Amino acid sequence: MEQNKNTILEIHDLSISFRMYDSRFEQTELKVISDLYLSVSPGEIVAVAGASGSGKSLLASAVLGLLPANASLSGHIHYKGQELTPELQKNLRGGGIALVPQSVEFLDPLMKVRSQTGGRDKAKTAERTRVFKRLGLPDDTENLYPFELSGGMARRVLVSTAMLSSAELIIADEPTPGMSLEQSLQALTMFRELAREGRAIILITHDIDLAFEFADRVAVFYAGTTVETAPASDFKQGPRALRHPYSKALWEALPQNSFRPIPGSQPYPGDLPKGCLFAPRCPMRTAECMEHVPPVRQIRGGEVRCFYGS
Amino acid sequence: MALEAKNVSFRYGSNKTWVLENKSLSLERGECLVILAPSGYGKTTLAMLLAGYLKPERGEILLDGRPLPMSGVCPVQLIFQHPEKALNPRWRMRRVLEESGAIQEDMMDEFGIERAWLDRFPRELSGGEMQRFCIARALMSGAEFIICDEISTMLDTISQAQIWELVLREAAKRDIGILAITHNRFLAGRIADRIIDLSADRG
Repeated sequence: MEQNKNTILEIHDLSISFRMYDSRFEQTELKVISDLYLSVSPGEIVAVAGASGSGKSLLASAVLGLLPANASLSGHIHYKGQELTPELQKNLRGGGIALVPQSVEFLDPLMKVRSQTGGRDKAKTAERTRVFKRLGLPDDTENLYPFELSGGMARRVLVSTAMLSSAELIIADEPTPGMSLEQSLQALTMFRELAREGRAIILITHDIDLAFEFADRVAVFYAGTTVETAPASDFKQGPRALRHPYSKALWEALPQNSFRPIPGSQPYPGDLPKGCLFAPRCPMRTAECMEHVPPVRQIRGGEVRCFYGS
Repeated sequence: MALEAKNVSFRYGSNKTWVLENKSLSLERGECLVILAPSGYGKTTLAMLLAGYLKPERGEILLDGRPLPMSGVCPVQLIFQHPEKALNPRWRMRRVLEESGAIQEDMMDEFGIERAWLDRFPRELSGGEMQRFCIARALMSGAEFIICDEISTMLDTISQAQIWELVLREAAKRDIGILAITHNRFLAGRIADRIIDLSADRG
């Protein structure tokens, strides 16, 4: 497939499987990501939304080369037009790509916050003081150990590490839970400023109502595949502007909308349906959906993996 | 009467600042009370106190006018934000449920738990699916009150709506009182009979 030189990260047909052993010690393959696609350009914030367990965090690990040894990967990941190899990943970790991890347990429990956010260096200290202040962290935060922080404070320290890096690509995995609305808005405003400097940002989040406001585009994941990517403005408009029945269902289930969930649950990776992964729960499914995986189609400035998306 | 916190104060260590100071609230059976507050206001501490995980330094927690029982299953059950941390990773889900009583077939449908999930380990389920087990476990134990501490924060909107539909329906059926902690005002508006805003009475 042709590489777009202007993107920072471009992912095509990515599949990830885990080799597992069952109770009789027989090897089985668990396919956790199937034919996933995603791209992000300089200056752009792409929000990734979707079901819990749909492979959002796994994607971050795949890009950074942090998958466990029993994972096998197929498909293409390109960083600035170059195939992302393990050597390149090693160079980019902590340099070209910064990760805001999902779990606050990623902070080193034996190091004070200062040492984990640039150390005693003068320029770094000034920068840290500025960033902490804007994130609403108290002055003495740098002297605390992680166990002395509340959940929301730890989350803000993690976010600050991305603000303090000079990475061109920032992957923020659930940066806002535990923060108040005002703190979340502040953190997202700062991500937007980083984007204006020309950096690319992937924002993995469940707070989709915030994502609609702050992102340029939204990618919706389901059962390890991308079902739709669309301009964030389409999500603000609501179901009529959306293309995939799962995206519409996500929007409808927001408490500020109808709060009505569709029934059923996401398929288990060991037991994926043969055709469209969403078909078993889809109100619009036909015999074709149960048999064949729908291709990705371009519709109204977005992409959708559905035979009937319009 | 019902579940009551009376002039409760708590701090983590006798030389630390108070996390909660002289707080009182009460909750009736069949009622859903939502506590709204940003992080660091002592919401989770309050939840731990009400469910008997922590003891208040001053004041008392009363159930129908008496202290929480010290033995047996606590009639006030806490459901946590991270179900993966509240489940034994080496137990299959069947064993998790059996811990709070024999598995009844009709309950599986009520809680939206598929039969195949019973033979899986927690890591083989999604967050929403694990949370269903945590709710089933709490309700099957004969709880009279449940404390829901940000139980849907880590879930997608569809799972969140499913979980709350389940909790509200099953609690109403059993006349259980719910204390829900969240920072999502829209969610609070959907589920609450009554809302207490903790941020209103402090800084």
